[in-house]
Order: sequence, then structure tokens, then C-alpha cells
Amino acid sequence: MSFYQLLPVLVLATSLVTGVLIFLLGEERARTRTVLNLLGAVLKIVLVGVMIRAVFMGQLVETRWTFLPGMDFVLRADAMTILFSSLSAILWLVTTIYAIGYLEDSPNRRRFFGYFSLCVTATMGVSLAGNLLTFFVFYEVLTLTTYPLVTHRGTDTSLRAGGMYLRYTLIGSAAILLAMVWLYVLAGPFDFTETGAIGFLDAKHGPALIVIFFLLVGGFGVKAALAPLHRWLPEAMVAPAPVSALLHAVAVVKAGAFGIVRVVYDVYGVTFSAQLGVLPVLAAASAFTIIFGSVRALFQDDLKRRLAYSTVSQVSYIALGVAILGPASTIGGLVHLAHQGIMKITMFFCAGNLAETLGIHAIREMKGAGRRMPWTMGAFTVAALGMIGVPPLAGFISKWYLGVGAAESGDYWVLGVLAVSSLLNAAYFLPILHAAWFKPQEGDWPHEHHPRGRFETSLWLLAPPLVTALLVLLAGLFAGTDYSPLAWVKIIARREY
Amino acid sequence: MNQAEIYLAAALGIMLIGLYGLFTQPHLLRKLIALNLFGSGIFLVYVAVARRIAGETPDPVPHAMVLTGIVISVSATALGLVLARRVKTLTGGTELPPPVEPEP
Amino acid sequence: MSGLLDIPWAAWCLLLPLFAAVASLLTGPRLASRLAPLFALATVLATAGVVVRVLQSGPFRHAVGGWGAPLGIDFHVDGFSALMLAMTAVVAAVITVYARAYFSNDHGSGSGAYFWPLWFFLWGGLHALFLTADIFNFYVTLEVVSLSAVALVALSGTPTGVVASMRYLLTALTGSLFYLLGVGLLYAQYGVLDMDLLRGVVEVNPATWAAYVCILLGLLIKTALFPLHVWLPPAHSSAPAPVSAALSALVIKGSFYILLRFHFDLLPHEMLVASSVLLGALGMTAVIWGSLQALRQPRLKLIVAYSTVAQIGYLFLLFPLCFALAEPGDLWPTKAWAGGIYHALSHAFAKASLFLAAGAVLQAAGGDTLVHLRGLGERRPVIATALALASISIMGLPPSGGFVGKWLLLVAALHAGQWWWVVGILLGGLLAAAYSFRFLRELFRPAPENLVLHEEPRMLGYTALALALFTLLLGLAALIPFNLLSQGAPFPPNAFLEAL
Repeated sequence: MSFYQLLPVLVLATSLVTGVLIFLLGEERARTRTVLNLLGAVLKIVLVGVMIRAVFMGQLVETRWTFLPGMDFVLRADAMTILFSSLSAILWLVTTIYAIGYLEDSPNRRRFFGYFSLCVTATMGVSLAGNLLTFFVFYEVLTLTTYPLVTHRGTDTSLRAGGMYLRYTLIGSAAILLAMVWLYVLAGPFDFTETGAIGFLDAKHGPALIVIFFLLVGGFGVKAALAPLHRWLPEAMVAPAPVSALLHAVAVVKAGAFGIVRVVYDVYGVTFSAQLGVLPVLAAASAFTIIFGSVRALFQDDLKRRLAYSTVSQVSYIALGVAILGPASTIGGLVHLAHQGIMKITMFFCAGNLAETLGIHAIREMKGAGRRMPWTMGAFTVAALGMIGVPPLAGFISKWYLGVGAAESGDYWVLGVLAVSSLLNAAYFLPILHAAWFKPQEGDWPHEHHPRGRFETSLWLLAPPLVTALLVLLAGLFAGTDYSPLAWVKIIARREY
Repeated sequence: MNQAEIYLAAALGIMLIGLYGLFTQPHLLRKLIALNLFGSGIFLVYVAVARRIAGETPDPVPHAMVLTGIVISVSATALGLVLARRVKTLTGGTELPPPVEPEP
Repeated sequence: MSGLLDIPWAAWCLLLPLFAAVASLLTGPRLASRLAPLFALATVLATAGVVVRVLQSGPFRHAVGGWGAPLGIDFHVDGFSALMLAMTAVVAAVITVYARAYFSNDHGSGSGAYFWPLWFFLWGGLHALFLTADIFNFYVTLEVVSLSAVALVALSGTPTGVVASMRYLLTALTGSLFYLLGVGLLYAQYGVLDMDLLRGVVEVNPATWAAYVCILLGLLIKTALFPLHVWLPPAHSSAPAPVSAALSALVIKGSFYILLRFHFDLLPHEMLVASSVLLGALGMTAVIWGSLQALRQPRLKLIVAYSTVAQIGYLFLLFPLCFALAEPGDLWPTKAWAGGIYHALSHAFAKASLFLAAGAVLQAAGGDTLVHLRGLGERRPVIATALALASISIMGLPPSGGFVGKWLLLVAALHAGQWWWVVGILLGGLLAAAYSFRFLRELFRPAPENLVLHEEPRMLGYTALALALFTLLLGLAALIPFNLLSQGAPFPPNAFLEAL
């Protein structure tokens, strides 16, 4: 077994071993747990870095394990893997730091961090999966490990939210399982292949393949919060902020979107999908979700719920990019996977800070927050402007490429959708910014946990959003260089077409 | 009808009586007796099978099987009787209460 | 190495548990309890010997007493029997360790006193069942198993338990007697009892039909297929925990094994087409019915018992897939057969784990209603983890053994183009998730402030967890049991190797 054959397993092991060790440690060993968490996260980033270099050099990084005769578990690092796994690794470290601060003095931290690490393992597995079977396995493990995180508080509301989450995701996964087995029966075993794996199939299978496509996209669409399968997401906001941050920026929602990406590019292949005529439906569903999510966001007063609907809307940009034929829209959709991740996580961190430090949950309570917590609101502002699509921030890059792609393929209605959604984004983000910066504070804060010391709140809570906001800025400013997410996505697009 | 067929017919009759008793008699002792009847009917089938070719010596294998069956049947009946007594002691009745569907 | 293979492992496999049973009777409960793990270990080693021998040199026969068929009773060990033996040995060994701790508070009186002899007779009977190649011997072993099981259920001593045990006895005896009748009719027609010899001479005629109906009826009663399942939930839920585990995990699989032997190794294919569709339909009904009933139960052990009723339904799906829907020359029925057996295998480990964990909950929290589970997530994490991992297998989610069985059955069903079975399998999985999370989510609730837990022996949780971890292993390393299963299977050898 060469090192490169072991590398995917090692990447998974960093968080798996961390998780298991955390479960075995007692609840009181907070400091050991912190060290373990940080060590695991840093180690993972290092290993992902090694993986990036290897893939860049053309080295095959793959682990194979026979599941049943003729069917393998495959962990492989290809270009798409790098995009998703580097995002996950970096954001895991940042979220871990944030969670340590957020949950200080909370009960059940061992359980939280244990499942947290397992959740990251599952996400890594999803990104490294080399075929549908392996993808499915880790996708299900992701469902199972996120359930305890959603229901962490143990209240009736969180249990209900957890129940709804399970109902949606398990039905979705039944659809995926059906589609996957059906495809296996039709086409035999296959791995994810750039430019598609099943294009060789006979035309007579066409109708079956179309049904399979929608089963897959529908199943993955549940986690990706494609309307009308999105309802679990706003309910899941009952979870603690680090969970919402991780779920919405990295793990669950992106896994669903990543699934759709894999299906269109690496299972069907984008040209084959276009031939089958399924892409317009996907485009329509994504477009609908984009508008729908933004409209619903307008009417939410609870900050996290507004962010949740914003996620519903934003993740569909990825699906839209995938659904439009052409390299530019592919680039736009895929790079938004990374960009939306860092922007949204920043906003959730900030929302968590406001709740944790000042007891703020509703937007109407946010007046004057900018003066009390300038750094937090500063980070929030950067992220919000990025979401709206203000250059030179990250969000602008994604929308630009999507627009160019739409124009290139003649789908001008998409430009309309982009414009309307940007306006809506402004409509629901700008008032928040206005209230925080320009309105005077009304009465006392709901519940001031951290009186204003040297920093506006605990450093554990302050540093992560600042770091991610900086990333939003850098990803946009340096998009043209070789080290940005954009550059990597261009490589992916080149290989795909 | 030759001898074997007579025995088979009788066996069928005994089995049916036994089954009928098993399903309709609520008293545990009667159920056990009915079960024994059913079993005896089956043993009779075996005996008839041993004698299926008239005139020749009977086939010993079915006789061995019947003996095994009787031994098992006796032990099972003994267990059944002990259990029936237990049921009487613990529930005060000699009938099995119907299986209860618990309320949620 | 060949010297080691010549040891009659099959004979030891049977002798050791029987010897342990007699020894336990003679030494009394306290010493028996201490010796039990040693006997268990020895039995596991003997079984390992059998498995290794099958893996290395294929199926083999063992003539008991040197007599040989048709006069003597032979053992026939192929991949399927070896797999069942291994399943029984490992699960029973773990339950042995559990039972030792479970009854440790009894100090020789109460239910613990007569547990050991009955337990080892049950174990020995199961081994004999999986080893035997003679259809009358199946009857004998079925009775040994049933009578031991009935007595074990009655050990609980409660009115519900004794009533359940009585009902179990009556049902089990009825089933065995029908089976015996069928055997008699077969012997009347063909004059042989050995399976290999019988296979050569059996034809389709009214006598064979009559025999088949009786045998089928008898075995279905014993395997608790809907609607003949009524005896199962009370028996499995009111027995002491180690007994419930063995009943749901192992005893049920015994009669199912005999059913498979008759269908695949004995009877002519044409005869089985109609009945296989009936079996499949009843199986599907069992899955839905059992799951719906499980959703209504207030107690953990009852939920798990009805879950057994549902999971057994899955096993019967392989019949229509193999008989009614396949053309001769199709290789995919192998997947259905293997899938059903693999499902039985993972169910054994998962269900045993669930019952063992439920027993631990009973001892720790004093009851097993859903309310009693609250707070156990924090206070008894080992038990909670066992419940969670085992449930994952029951739900058929990866990476568990249950998923492997589900996968194989789905592949076969899709090859056959049978959408009913596909929908049924998927629906069954969702319903299983519904009733599993009914109790799993209670584990995530915070403990009530006044929660007082008894100090139950920690071994209870560890053994349950061990079995649950095994289901994970079955999901990841499916290739090894699969290879074992292919030895001597009633399918062409390449059917197992091809991806199809």
C-alpha cells in the first residue's frame, strides 16, 4: 500500500480518530478535548494540502476496497474533491475554534464535539467518494451524525426539528438508493468519470435514465434545500450557531449540492444530460428556488431564519450553474460552492455572536449593534455585500461567471433571475446593515452575557468571523491569481469539457 | 382397502379431531390433550407407512421415527403440564388470555 | 495444517454445547455460570475450525458414528451451514458473557438457576439443526430448540411471561407436528430421509404436494411469518433479555434455514413457483404490518419484538425473486438468495444487540418504556451507542450489514423488474427508521433532574456494543461471508463472482 493509496483514508482518519477519542474522554476533560480538536483540524489541513499537491502533479490518490464482487468502495481525490475538501478542512478548523468559545459552560460538550468530528469525517468522505455507492454511504453517515447536532439542546422543538430533518433526508436517500441500484443494474459498476460515465448507454434506456436523473437530483436536492424540499432547513435553525454555521456553509447543504454536481458532471456527463433534456427542468427548479428563498427571507424577523432562507436561495446558484451548458456557468456554479460557504459561515458566526453576547435573535433587536460590536458587524457587512454581489467581493465573481455563462448559452432569462435575486438580496440584507450601523440602540440588549471588555466579545467567538470575512475579501480580490478558488474551478471546468 | 389405507384414514380422522380440539377448546389441559391426539394421528401415519406393502415385514425406520416422536411428545407434554399449572398458579385461570394489544 | 483440518470439527461443534448443558446441570448454577464462558469459547473455536475447513476445501460430509446414509444420520456442511454456525456461535458466545452478568444478582436462585443447562441445550440444538442433512433429524433438532426456548421464556416467572411461554409451546408443537407429518408423507413416497438422496428421487406428484404443504405450514408457523406471527411479540418481549436476544436472532433463523434447504436443495423448481409468490406477498405484508405495530408500542422490548416480525418479512422476499420471476440461465437470483441470507445474518447481530441493550436499560432504569430512556444518552453512553448502531443495521442504512442485504435484494428486484418488491423494501426501511427513532430520540433528551439509575453490571452494555460493532463490520467486510456462502451454493460458481 503506497502512501498515496493510504492518503484518502488518512484524511478521513484525522477527524474520525479525533471523534472517537473525544467520545472516550470524560465530559470534564475540556482542555484535552480542545487540544485534540485543534490538532486534528490542523493535521487535516496539512494532509489536504499534500493531497492538493499530489493531484496537481497528476499523481493518482485513490483507496479501493471491495464491497461485494464487482462493486467497490472508492475514495479518490480528483479536481472536484480538492475544491470541496479544502473548503471543508479550513472551515472545520475555524468552526472548531468558534464552537469552543460558543459552547463554553454548556452541557454535553463531549457529545457535541464527538459528533462534530464524525460529521466532518462524513463530509470529507462525501468529497473523496469516487463512485455513487461510496458517496451514498458517507451521505447517509452525514445524516446520522448531524441528527444529534440538530437535536443537541434536547428540547421538544429541537427534537421536532430533528424529526423533520430525518423525514426529509431519509425519504430523499430512499430515492437516491433506488436510482443508484437501478443505474447499477442498467450500466454495471462505474466510477465517477470526468465528462460522464454512462454516456455509452443505449438510447432505449432514455426514459429510465431520465427518471433516474430526477430521482438522484431530487434525493440530493433535499439536502441541497431545493424547493419544495427545503422545509427542514429553517426548522433546523433551532440548533446551536456552530451547527448552523457548519451545516449551512459546509456540510449538509453543500453535500447535497455536490451530489447534484457529481451526478450531472461525473455520472451522466454534461453533454449527455443535455441530450436527455433534463437540464432545463433542473434550471427551472433552481431558478424558482433562488427567487422563492429570497422572497421568504424578506419576511423573516428571526436573524437565523432569514439566513436560512438566504441559504435556500443561494445554494441553488450552484444547481443553476450546473444546469446551464457551458464552461462559464460551470465555473460560476462551482466557485459559488466555495464562495457561498465562506460568506454564509461568516454570517452565521456573526449571528451566533450577537445571540451569545447580547441575546439578540431578532432583526428588530439589532438596532445599534454596530456600535457595540463593530468587528462582528464589520465581518457581517463584508459577507452581506458579497452575497448581494458587490465587486470585488467573492459573491460578485460567482454571479459574473453565471451571467456570462447564461449569455453564452443563450439563456437570457437567467440574467433576469440573477438581477432579481441580487435586488432581493439587497432588500433583505441592507436593512439589517442599516439598523445595525445607523439606527440608535433602543433600550437594553435582551441579555448581555459578555459585558464589553477589551474586545467586544470572547476572542474565540471574534476571530473566526474575522478570518472568514477576510477570506471573502481575498477570494474576490485575488480571484485572478493561481491560488484562488476560481483558478481551481477553472481547472475543473477545463477537464469537464 | 388394504390395511395401510385403513390406518391412514383413521390417522386423518384422529388428526382432524385433534386439530379441531386445539383450536376450539379454551381449557389448557384440553388443548394439550388435543395436541397429543394430533401427534398420535401423525404417528399412526408413520405406522401405516411402515406397513404400506402388505405381506412383507414392516419397515423399521418409521417405527424408529415414531418412537423418537413419542419420546419428544411425552417430554413436550410434561413441559406443557408444568406450564399449565404455572399459568393456573400465576393467573388463577386455566385458559390463555387473548394476546393483548397494548395502547400506545 | 492438514492435520488440524482432519479433526472432526463438526462433531465437536455439536458435542461441546451438549456437554456444557449436562455439566451445567450437574454442577449447579454458580459453578456453571463460571464455566459457561469457557464452554462458549471452546464452541466458538470448534465452529471456527468448521468454517476454515469449508473455506479451504469446500463443502464436506460427516458421517455420525461412521454409519453413513441412508441408515445413519449424516452431517452436511457447506458455506450456508458454516455461515449459520458461525453466526450462532459468535452471537451465543457474546450472549453467554452477557447472561453471566445479567443473572449475577440472582445468586443461584430465581431465573438464573436453570438458565445454563437450558441455554446450552438451545445452543447445541441450533448447531445440530445447521449441521444435519437428514429431514427427520430436522424435526428432532427443531424440537430440542423449541422446548429449550419455551422453558427459557418461562424463566422470567411473571404471569405475562408464563402465558407467553405456554402460547409459544402450543404454537411450536403444532408447527413441528405439521412438519413431522410432511416428513412422513415424503418418506411414504420415496423411502429415504437423507437430503442428498432425496434430491435425486423427488418428483412432482400429489403426495409430494401434500408433503410440501404440511412442511411449509409447519415451518411458517415456526418462523412467525404473517399471519402466523401472533405468538412472537409476547414471547420475545417478556422473556429475560438474553433469551429474547437468542430467540429473535437465532431460533427464528433455524426454521428459516430448513425452509431454504427444502426450496433450494430438495424440491423441484416448478413446484415452488406459486407458493413463492404467496411467500413474498406475506413477507411484504409482514414488513408493513410489523413496522406499523412497532410504531404503536410503548415499551422498548415490544418495539424490538415487532421489529423482528417486520424484518422476517424481508427474508421471504427472496422466494418470489428466485422462483417466480427468473428465467433459467439468469444469474441474478443468486443476489436475492445471498441478500436474504445476509439479511438474516446481520439481523441476528443487530437484533441481539438491541435486546441485550434493552435488558441493560431495564436493569439500569428499572423499566423500558420510552420515558425510561431519557437521559441515558449522557448517563449510559455505551448502551445508547449500542442501540444506535444496531438500529442503523435494522434500518438498512450504510455502512451496516443490513445495508448489504438490502442492496442485494434491491439489485435482484430491479433485475426482475418487480416494482412492488422495490417499493416494499424501501418503504420498509423508512418505517424501520420511524420506529427506531421513536426510541432513539429519547436518548437525546436531557436527563430529568431526579433521575436515579441502578448500578447495572457494565458488561451488559459492552456486550451489546460488541454485537452492534459487529454489524458495522458485516457492512464493511461483506466479502468474507459472501465467499463463505458461495461454497456449495445451489447456483453456478461464476454467479457469485460476476458483477451483473
